[in-house]
Amino acid sequence: MSEATVGEGHAALIESSPYGIQSKKLAMWLFIVSDACTFAALLVGYGFLRIGSLNWTKPFDFSPSIINALVMTVILLTSSLTMLAAVGAAKAGNRPRVFRWLGFTMLLGAIFAAMHLREWFKLFSEGWGLQANPMGGDPQFGATFFGVTGLHLLHVVSGVVALAVIALGYSSKRLDANHVETAGLYWHFVDIVWMFVFPLLYLMNMR
Amino acid sequence: MDNVQANPAIHHHAPPQGFIRKNVFSLDHKVIGLQYYGLALVAVFIGMVLSWLMRIHLGWTNAAIPLLDKLSANGAPGGVMTPEYYLSLMTMHGTIMVFFVLTNAPFAGFGNYFLPIQIGAEDMAFPRFNMMSFWTTLVAFLVLITAFFVADGPPIAGWTSYAPLSAVGKDAGPGQALGQTLWAVSIALFCIGQLLGSLNFIATTLDLRTKGMTLSRMPISTWAWFITACIGLLAFAVLLPACILLILDKTAGTSFFIPGGLVVSDNLQPHSGGSPLLWQHLFWFFGHPEVYIAIVPAFGIVSHIIPVFIRKPLLGGTRVMLGCIIAIAFLSYMVWGHHMFLSGMSPYSAMLFSVPTLIITIPSVVATLMWTGSLYGSSIRFTTPMLFCLGFISVFITGGLSGFFLAQPSIDVYLHATYFVVAHFHFVMAVAAIFGIFAGTYFWAPKMFGRMMNETLGKWHFWLTFIGVYCIFMPMHYLGLAGNVRRYAAFTDNYLMPLIPVHQFITVAALCTGAAQFIFFYNLIHTRFWGPKASDNPWDATTLEWDTTSPPPFDNFGGRHLTVSNGPYEYNVQGAKGDYIMQTSPEKPVPKS
Repeated sequence: MSEATVGEGHAALIESSPYGIQSKKLAMWLFIVSDACTFAALLVGYGFLRIGSLNWTKPFDFSPSIINALVMTVILLTSSLTMLAAVGAAKAGNRPRVFRWLGFTMLLGAIFAAMHLREWFKLFSEGWGLQANPMGGDPQFGATFFGVTGLHLLHVVSGVVALAVIALGYSSKRLDANHVETAGLYWHFVDIVWMFVFPLLYLMNMR
Repeated sequence: MDNVQANPAIHHHAPPQGFIRKNVFSLDHKVIGLQYYGLALVAVFIGMVLSWLMRIHLGWTNAAIPLLDKLSANGAPGGVMTPEYYLSLMTMHGTIMVFFVLTNAPFAGFGNYFLPIQIGAEDMAFPRFNMMSFWTTLVAFLVLITAFFVADGPPIAGWTSYAPLSAVGKDAGPGQALGQTLWAVSIALFCIGQLLGSLNFIATTLDLRTKGMTLSRMPISTWAWFITACIGLLAFAVLLPACILLILDKTAGTSFFIPGGLVVSDNLQPHSGGSPLLWQHLFWFFGHPEVYIAIVPAFGIVSHIIPVFIRKPLLGGTRVMLGCIIAIAFLSYMVWGHHMFLSGMSPYSAMLFSVPTLIITIPSVVATLMWTGSLYGSSIRFTTPMLFCLGFISVFITGGLSGFFLAQPSIDVYLHATYFVVAHFHFVMAVAAIFGIFAGTYFWAPKMFGRMMNETLGKWHFWLTFIGVYCIFMPMHYLGLAGNVRRYAAFTDNYLMPLIPVHQFITVAALCTGAAQFIFFYNLIHTRFWGPKASDNPWDATTLEWDTTSPPPFDNFGGRHLTVSNGPYEYNVQGAKGDYIMQTSPEKPVPKS
């Protein structure tokens, strides 16, 4: 199916959208705007609690914690690149390439999630929890850290699942390049959120 | 037909078959709109009964209310309400009314039904999202209602659910454990339903307008629903994480909103590091736009109906009214702190919120001037919908005037948490927005049901309600100025006891006004099944919903693809056949020479 904008092909029947993109893509943009507000609310809450705290702990040593987080960041950024390649291949109609690049994106996303969970479990084993601070400082660290990164992790995992669904649909021709691009929008959004989470929750909590 | 099929945004589904598909799990925006409206009717009935229970208790504190002990043996032993149960009923009254009535009926109810029709579309852009959003909202409602029936009862923290009362749990009072958690889950689900709905409205308005329906030719009601959806998209996105953090505080032992060292009911709470103020900020960042979500659709509905019954376009046209609505929507995000003047914030912050709050009165006043100015020199057809529009203008002015006072921190110091505030928000929300819903119902019932509502009953309903609400809420200004604190279950202080007779008057007025609403319920039900048949355009109106049958066929226009040539309010047009030109008519208004 060609890149049909709303209104094209039946100009006689409908007013064209002021944005010239398909409804599904517009819906994804709107979802992204609302999800950005949700993450913003959480990050503002984190800032609010942190600024008001008298005994905030900064538990992350550069090695291994920040290095780990840096690697995760590079992985997520790379996955955005592979997603771009997938979208490009879809627009060019190169079907095998689409699956290859979608596969890489899902793999990188899964690796990110696995590294994140490994980091979490390491923190749990050291005594960190939603309300537990083994270093004796503000218990809000755990609540905000696990809360914010947890919501982001949820978005990454559901993104990987969504990409699988898109790949399946694309292979059976039920879905097309526009759907791949729409999924790409979501994936880039998840990446951009991480670019806020990483400095605010990792770099600012570096010992 | 084939080229239309190529557009992924237009859904050409075949007419649904079977009772379940047609009426229960329906994808049709008209059915979904009516489902939302029906939910709002059930909710408003429950909310109204709750208000009667509250009012009876306030006027006659030791009264034994029959059957109340059946609802809660703990809350009302022998039928006499405990103070905590009063707070529970008050919390549920506010929550049900604000969320399930005022956000549902004018926006999700009428908006779902009429937005696609008014732009000439067959359905919403995402019918399945639409169905999902209704069912999510219904589940949210049921979750909320179960709070009445759990062991400890409904929460007592008010619809605003302030921390730490809402976050601490059992120690804070009856209903604060499971009841409050159910509340938070219900509202979180409601947020999701609303976000799906907002997405749908925005995509539909931008993408599915029929040929000739440029944005500038859209009726003002369509614009109002569109802007409400935009407000909701951002506001509900902030309430959702707030509710989730509250749920975590209650179930996972976090302390987002609970400070350390808090002793409640002689128990030191095992929490520390949190901030009750954070809940207030997050809640009111949502909460203030929410009240505009409640009123902007009513602005749209009233602005849409008035031209029909004065046979002239609105003063300033759609453009000025739209500018007012956009200004209000934009400013609504900047004023949330005016709910927090007494939270301990710096007076400089208070000023930062007070200024935009006062500025937001400007577009509201301009809008009011546009309505009243349109009436000047007009020949008004006093039908029931028009009466409710006039009533809307009256109560909106009354409610808005008290807002001027509350917007100023120096005055709010005295008026905060008194009945003055209760009077203000009931006038602008409970009365004005409800009048908008009534106006819409009487106006659009002929289209939705194919039958005309009874005018005599409608007029009785209007006058009894209009006089009744003034009797209920005007005295509350006086009570507030006299220092009557709100959210008290009883008035036992020396300075409050002399005010009890005023409360008793209000209670009697409330019960009578409530009784008058049965005229409306009866009229609605009777019309639905036995009312006189309505024509396609009984009001001689111009917009697209009047260019189809009453009720519309499943695809809204019977397979026709309309072309729009005119603006939405071509009334009193020189030389036209009749005194109006429909939007779809090829006739053009003759320019005045």
